Amino acid sequence: MTIPTAPAPAPLPVQPPTGCPFDPPAAFDALRTEQPISKISLPDGSWAWLATRYHDIRAILGDTRFSSDTTLHGYPLSGMTGGGNTQNRGFIRRDPPEHTRLRRMVTREFMVKRVEALRPEIQRITDELCDAMERDGGPVDLVEALALPVPSLVISLLLGVPYDDHEVFQRLTGTLLSRTVADEEREAARIELRDYLDRLVTAKEAAPGDDILGRLITEQQQTGEITHDEVAAFAALLLIAGHETTANMIGLSALTLMRDPESAERLRRDPGLIRGAVEELLRFHSIIRNGPRRVATTDIEIDGHLIRAGEGVVAAVPSANRDEAVFPDADRLDITRPNAQHHVAFGYGIHQCLGQALARVELQVVLATLLRRFPAMRPAVPVDEIPFRTDMAIYGCHALPVTW
Amino acid sequence: MKITLDADKCCAAGQCVLVAPEVFDQRDEDGIVVLLDAEPPAGQHDAVREAAAICPAAVIEVHE
Ligand code: HEM
Ligand code: SF4
Repeated sequence: MTIPTAPAPAPLPVQPPTGCPFDPPAAFDALRTEQPISKISLPDGSWAWLATRYHDIRAILGDTRFSSDTTLHGYPLSGMTGGGNTQNRGFIRRDPPEHTRLRRMVTREFMVKRVEALRPEIQRITDELCDAMERDGGPVDLVEALALPVPSLVISLLLGVPYDDHEVFQRLTGTLLSRTVADEEREAARIELRDYLDRLVTAKEAAPGDDILGRLITEQQQTGEITHDEVAAFAALLLIAGHETTANMIGLSALTLMRDPESAERLRRDPGLIRGAVEELLRFHSIIRNGPRRVATTDIEIDGHLIRAGEGVVAAVPSANRDEAVFPDADRLDITRPNAQHHVAFGYGIHQCLGQALARVELQVVLATLLRRFPAMRPAVPVDEIPFRTDMAIYGCHALPVTW
Repeated sequence: MKITLDADKCCAAGQCVLVAPEVFDQRDEDGIVVLLDAEPPAGQHDAVREAAAICPAAVIEVHE
């Protein structure tokens, strides 16, 4: 008699079910009920744990014995975008006490009341982009016309990018995130942006302004806590972490509301519902598709499975956010779901998204404005012709042609 | 109801302020949570429990 060997682990599921571009990969449903802690294979032949249940994922992300340090052996990197660059990796890829020290240098910039004070500016930015859309008339690519520029303009405002540079900044960040440009062009844009941020920090050192970089320079760099390069790394992290994420949530959410006229009408009638609706859209879409990821620094038991020191873990937030044990009727978008805010779309634990208050306000403003100003907006192509980002770590639409 | 905080653990994401703004605030210097009312009235209890449930860093302890 031979002892049956366990089947070789499959790769991380990324493909949404056929015909349901808004649902996470179907394989998660079975894993959650049958094998909530399973193994996945990585392209380089190694493997990592995959957690799919809400409570396990909160337990993992809430436990600092699971490290975010991408330089540690066993951290799942192979086949995953992001995290490869270990130089200047920013606090997102560090552990306490370094993580705490660095994160606290910028937490004040993203606290709820600071972000609320920015709401009129975010509205102005949104209105100007909508004015341009109205002037030019449809069809337009909503990703290019609105979803990408809003977070880019908002972060340039926060960082203190001078107005005259906004165009360059937006062009570079746009190229960086575009799939249609050649690799060399994207790499050139990455270098140009890095050099740009470096020059920006140098300029701010000479004349620090009333903005994030100015305050980092006067309060942390000049007191010797951080270096010029670290200030530039802060700028790059805030830009990268906040741009593609918010842009894709804007695109996907706008499309979802175009396809759900009943929810759209409720939101138009009662604009106060937008806050809860944004939480539900964050839960429903869970755009981070390859993590967060961690590596165990010691042996830890999760749900009866022993995860050994040096083993990697992928915490599948799209699966956690569809866990029926927490969100009844989880595959339904319910803009008044009472516990929508329990989602882990922003992660959980000490790395939970620093920019979440900002992302929330950007989404609330943009979606409410679209509903109000473009009540007849609809996709200009059949949904199966919209290019969804099944190939990317951050889910969304590569392009979203709309008309009104 | 009595609330205690382990503010050293706070990561300043502000979820508590969003759900219970009359009970929690954030310090100007670094966004760390501050308690506005350690013994909030009954009308706030649900919001406080909700804040404790979603706080990502297990900072908020509710004694009932
Ligand atoms: C809808 C939009 C967004 C989503 C879905 C999102 C999601 C996330 C997630 C899941 C994490 C946790 C990563 C981990 O645990 O390893 C995270 C961290 C982070 N996010 Fe966001 N994010 C969004 C918008 C933003 C914005 C607008 C900013 C700032 C401008 C931002 C800045 C950051 C930073 C700096 C971190 C690292 C925090 C840390 O490691 O302590 N994000 N985000
Ligand atoms: S929710 Fe928790 S971690 Fe976030 S600000 Fe409040 S106490 Fe701090």
